[in-house]
Amino acid sequence: MNFETVIGLEVHVELKTNSKIFSGSPNHFGAEPNTNTTVIDLGYPGVLPVVNKNVVDYAIRASLALNMEIEQHTKFDRKNYFYPDNPKAYQISQFDKPIGKNGWVEIEVNGEKKRIGITRLHMEEDAGKLTHGKNSSLVDFNRQGTPLVEIVSEPDIRTPEEAYAYLEQIKSIIQYTGVSDCKMEEGSLRCDANISIRPYGRDEFGTKTELKNLNSFNFVRRGLEYEEKRQAAVLNAGGVIEQETRRFDEKTGKTILMRVKEGADDYRYFPEPDLVDIVIDDAWLQRVQDEIPELPAARKIRYVEELGLSTYDAGVLTLSKEIADFFEATVAQGADAKLTSNWLMGEVSAYLNAEQKELSDVALTPENLAGMVKLISAGTISSKIAKKVFKELIENGGSAEQIVKDQGLVQISDEGALLKIVSETLDNNQQSIDDFKNGKDRAIGFLVGQIMKATKGQANPPMVNKILLEEINKR
Amino acid sequence: MANISKEEVKHVANLARLAITEAEAEKFAQQLGAITKFAEQLNELDTTNVEPTTHVLPLVNVLREDVAVKGLDREVMMLNVKEQENGLVKVPPIITE
Repeated sequence: MNFETVIGLEVHVELKTNSKIFSGSPNHFGAEPNTNTTVIDLGYPGVLPVVNKNVVDYAIRASLALNMEIEQHTKFDRKNYFYPDNPKAYQISQFDKPIGKNGWVEIEVNGEKKRIGITRLHMEEDAGKLTHGKNSSLVDFNRQGTPLVEIVSEPDIRTPEEAYAYLEQIKSIIQYTGVSDCKMEEGSLRCDANISIRPYGRDEFGTKTELKNLNSFNFVRRGLEYEEKRQAAVLNAGGVIEQETRRFDEKTGKTILMRVKEGADDYRYFPEPDLVDIVIDDAWLQRVQDEIPELPAARKIRYVEELGLSTYDAGVLTLSKEIADFFEATVAQGADAKLTSNWLMGEVSAYLNAEQKELSDVALTPENLAGMVKLISAGTISSKIAKKVFKELIENGGSAEQIVKDQGLVQISDEGALLKIVSETLDNNQQSIDDFKNGKDRAIGFLVGQIMKATKGQANPPMVNKILLEEINKR
Repeated sequence: MANISKEEVKHVANLARLAITEAEAEKFAQQLGAITKFAEQLNELDTTNVEPTTHVLPLVNVLREDVAVKGLDREVMMLNVKEQENGLVKVPPIITE
């Protein structure tokens, strides 16, 4: 039997505030273990949490950017569970009045646009980080109390590809709002996936499983691909899907049973007695609305309309705020927009992928990239030579002009100089001239190659072609 | 629905990681049943137009500015920790495969 897949995603995003959600301890990734805690994070008797105002601002900002309605009378709730990652034995979260609800993002897969609904966005505290060993587990409580928003999608996603596209959109939009770095490798963006399957045409959902340990967007896609096949095999064999939590194993690409899921009742949620309600008036809402910077969708339109980029190029560039900001800064230095976009999407992104680096890790700057692009536009260097200059710029920095000057890379566009080289090349290659006269056009390619070799690739290609054709016809 | 079964008591005890005996489960089932029955008298009131109350204090928006202050020294933090290893708190194994 063929089945339709139904996927819903829960995304946790750590907010980039100075301090934690309920205490003043520092909220920074990468500190020495267990040095960023207070008695509030550690749940000592008698301590009282106080809500960080900035967390509420950031949660509103993220909600608005995701087209959500804001719950103007919101509150926190207590979710009870025992686990060594949380010394309080409860997590302060939001249950029935999440700060944001009913939002959406638009995704595009294989040229088709689709809106994915977002059920809710709520604020909560993160727990400590566990490292599991054979005979013991180790806990670092630095992350305890880190502000999080959890973004829960509607079960609108139908394929692992759509799940991937949804995550890309969420990450992009949240990054633009500036409330989080969304770095999956540092855990500031995490994703759990709920997946079920049902026969085509049926309205009720099948029993879902929850996938955890999805440490990259790629693993989300692969885990879902595995799980939709596994569930179909179970059902086709006459079996039943159990509601359970499964872990994605990166090495085998399989999902493995972790535990049978606790129900919401088992968390015994109740209104958090240590915190009073939050009322967000219209003025507060308006202030946060005004703080939202230009979002990727708007930037994309601007790049197409004002800078003449293609819709596709504008979409790729604007996906990452870091790349888009870099692009704009380069263009602001006077570099040609189309050429800059080609370099960023081509050589720059290939280099970053190969080296597993971010733009901020390399020596390339908007200033020196603009310098190089301008040299190309002016015809001072060819695109081929530019690749050499680029490698120098991204690895060691400096100015493109200086590198070109120091290494003698200036393109030879002097007609007299080129004529001399062309003539010499022809003198030395009578066979090619004969071939050309006998209708072998390939001979031209060979001759151009010889000329480029003689000039170390610095000859101006269109000029070489023109002079060569003129000269060969004279012979 | 005021009666609480022994199974429910055991379930909740397990969630709270409390070890209780069969006799205790029996006793708590009766006691909790009585408490729930008492509280259920509230259901006799008509609360159709009453907003749910989560706090009796007439306060909202108790917030603090986003200012970070240095955390506890780790030595101090570890004073109440039974076992540690390399600055981490050591607990019994959780995932056993």
